Amino acid sequence: MDKTGIHPGGEHAHIAAHGHDEHHEELGWWRSYVFSFDHKVIGIQYAVTGLLFLLFGFTLMMIMRWQLAYPGKPIPLIGQWLGQDRAPMGIMLPEFYNQLGAMHGTIMVFMGVVPLAVGGFGNFVMPLQIGAPDMAFPKLNMMSYWVYFLGGVTMLASFFQNGWDKGMGAAQSGWTSYPPLAVIAPGQTMWLVGMIFLITSSLLGSVNFIVTIVQLRAKGLSYMRLPFFVWAQLVTSFLLLLAFPPLEAAGVLQLMDRLAGTSFFMPSGLVVSGKPLLISGEGNPLLWQHLFWFLAHPEVYVLILPAMGIVSEVIANNTRKPLWGYKALVYSLVFLGFMSFVVWAHHMFMTGMGTTMSAFFQTTTMIISIPSVVILTALLLSLWGASIRFTTPMLFALAFLPMFGIGGLTGLPLGLAPSDIHLHDTYYVIGHFHYVVAPGTIFALFAGIYYWFPKATGRKMNETLGAIHFWGSFVCINLVFMPMFIQGLGGMNRRMYDGGLQYAHNAGLLKYNTIIGFAAWGLGLFQLPFIYNFFSSIKWGAIVDRNPWEATTLEWSAPSPPGHGNFLAEPIVYRGPYEYSVPGSPRDFTPQFEPEGA
Amino acid sequence: MNIPYTVEERPDSGLANGKLGIWLFLASEVMLFGALFSTYIILRTGAPEWPHGELNIWLGMINTFILIASSVTMVMAWAELKLHNWARHRLFLILTFVLAGVFLVNKYFEYSSHFAKGEGPWHSTFLAIYFTLTGLHGLHIVGGMVVMAYLLGPGAILFKRNPEQFVNRIEYTGLYWHFVDLVWIFLFPVLYLL
Amino acid sequence: MHSDPEAIRKSVRQYFMIGAALFVCTGITVAVNQVHLAVPLAITVALIIASIKGSMVASVFMHLSHEKRWIYGALILTVLFFIVLMSVPMFTVGDSIGTPIGAANASHSQPPER
Repeated sequence: MDKTGIHPGGEHAHIAAHGHDEHHEELGWWRSYVFSFDHKVIGIQYAVTGLLFLLFGFTLMMIMRWQLAYPGKPIPLIGQWLGQDRAPMGIMLPEFYNQLGAMHGTIMVFMGVVPLAVGGFGNFVMPLQIGAPDMAFPKLNMMSYWVYFLGGVTMLASFFQNGWDKGMGAAQSGWTSYPPLAVIAPGQTMWLVGMIFLITSSLLGSVNFIVTIVQLRAKGLSYMRLPFFVWAQLVTSFLLLLAFPPLEAAGVLQLMDRLAGTSFFMPSGLVVSGKPLLISGEGNPLLWQHLFWFLAHPEVYVLILPAMGIVSEVIANNTRKPLWGYKALVYSLVFLGFMSFVVWAHHMFMTGMGTTMSAFFQTTTMIISIPSVVILTALLLSLWGASIRFTTPMLFALAFLPMFGIGGLTGLPLGLAPSDIHLHDTYYVIGHFHYVVAPGTIFALFAGIYYWFPKATGRKMNETLGAIHFWGSFVCINLVFMPMFIQGLGGMNRRMYDGGLQYAHNAGLLKYNTIIGFAAWGLGLFQLPFIYNFFSSIKWGAIVDRNPWEATTLEWSAPSPPGHGNFLAEPIVYRGPYEYSVPGSPRDFTPQFEPEGA
Repeated sequence: MNIPYTVEERPDSGLANGKLGIWLFLASEVMLFGALFSTYIILRTGAPEWPHGELNIWLGMINTFILIASSVTMVMAWAELKLHNWARHRLFLILTFVLAGVFLVNKYFEYSSHFAKGEGPWHSTFLAIYFTLTGLHGLHIVGGMVVMAYLLGPGAILFKRNPEQFVNRIEYTGLYWHFVDLVWIFLFPVLYLL
Repeated sequence: MHSDPEAIRKSVRQYFMIGAALFVCTGITVAVNQVHLAVPLAITVALIIASIKGSMVASVFMHLSHEKRWIYGALILTVLFFIVLMSVPMFTVGDSIGTPIGAANASHSQPPER
């Protein structure tokens, strides 16, 4: 991966740094752009790598969508390049379809969204917003990026593993990797090793984030003056810190099952391809599901909380009003993080779990929806009576609200066992969580990119291209996921190689696959303006000063782009984060860093 | 550019960065071993029978004594450094390192006696748990030894440049080491006695 | 914390005493094991002794007896989720359809004939 093109404004950074840092020493190219300790460079590395993985993961899905729309037809354009083991004559093999499905989920969640939302935005924006010169442990920060990178490379390499890992190609057991299937299926060892890298990276990162927020806040920046984005990063880091280790343990156990022949997750009496499996047995496949979902439910909030943080920043800035109910937002966020640890078995209603525990998990699931609704409502109320600036980041942030709303509300029937029994494992579930993560989280991440791009590069992204990107994506993404609710309510199962052709009840539902296919490819096309905008704006975007959006939080007091050490003078905070349109004030924004009467 | 509170304590939290960092890391370790103990409980309650007396209690007991002793020497290495007894600090740190090594040698004999009988982790659920838990614990011992070797070797130069920070590093290494000891205190009865 | 030499010398004595107490506790737990108590009782005794030893290590060697708020906070949070991680999967595995939690555990306590 060539990193030369992705460190926009590197020269600017050095020029700015010379101005204030007399101990500044000239670092070589490798230390400045590749193995840098600077949180901003690491943040951009995370963000760009994350964006590339998002594009790659989305491409896998576009290929799958061809197979679902036109089962058994040769894949156009790229079909012939996929090779005999994946798609002979361009026609996709079922094994390859399963690889694409498993890797799409893994890549999007663990290598795309989390690195972009936490590693990218968290690293770049959070230290600037709290007025810190860098993260608390810069070397550890660099290490967590490179461990993540290694994990990503391992995952990508698994597509090319050639028969030594119980068969060919990448993991095929879904991103959830349920045993016993995952223990006997090909490619899983590399998946597990990759996951252990990714988990280790997240753990190092989360320790760093928490220490930075607790220890390096600027003078005057008390907890209740923290921008909401910083709060979101703090809670997210605690989720990563405490929820990821059980999955790391589970990964080690599954690795033992595959490599050392143990039976942690393997029950007695398994017969594979007509032959009894020679293992000691007595393991418990449900144990994996518990350990997996102990992480993976909090993980859902790892995906959504930073997105909520970004949206809050953008909404406050573009409504020119304080956020409605800042304290309620913060308390809801903390409560949400706490509750996310005791809801996980609502993913497991169909495993034969008894009514006592089902009732417990239904109750906690309904309770956790309350703080989510509080947050969404507070953000919605923030729009009331505002003179809204419809900038590109604001368009994405505004779209986040109804999209996340749809995603959240469609989750309620899945949180209640009686309705979940019918909807479980159908396309309804896919529609539900994609509404949360794709037009929800990823739209918020786009908002963040358009919003903080000027800070990272010193130049603004083009608004017209931004609007095309937004409206195209908005229409297409709804055409992708809305029909899935219809398919799911009709009983169409997920993870079917041909969409489920042989089932009678799918007869009227399969036609939507064509619509979804074209919408997905259209969605792909509408990302082109973004990619072009991203790279061309680095060079030709309109040059901006420190505070192009007239915002109030600390990052806008640093130069654009900030030099090494971030601030020209030690930042001091005088007030809360969202003092917009203060009555009697000459301007409609009063930054945190401006002294009284200035 | 200097990052604040690397050595001195931040007034409102009363902590230096590294202290909070190492405790958060240990918190995640608690959850890691928590998941493994949870696995143990579920597999044991689900098993039709559970073997007793498969392991050599006396070797396990000796290893417990060794790790407890190494915890004492570790905390002494820190205390002597606080009292500015450099030579005694080195002595206690070397002792800790040696005790850790003895622990691993002992473990090696235990492992090889099982493998000699052809009883690896594939043999039974109990041995699978035994090898995985003690194996991961052993990796933590190795990790601790690497850090100690660094602090005995190239890392010791820091004491000349920034003695305060070096004392902190010894303290953080100690916290990690006591945690590894603490895990073993639970592993010993769970695997050897029950 | 421990900054003046006198306080440290005092705690050095404490460290050796705690070390000795840990040795004694290990001896006791092995000795109790030689008596061959019934399994539930043996588990209870062994875990109580292990918890006593663990809390001695944590409070004295790791100086948890006098730490700062943030560390207590983080650890209390961890302990809460640790308890959840220990107990909830067990309850859930014990509670399969048609068997209330108590009944499932009861059936495990008597080994089935083989």
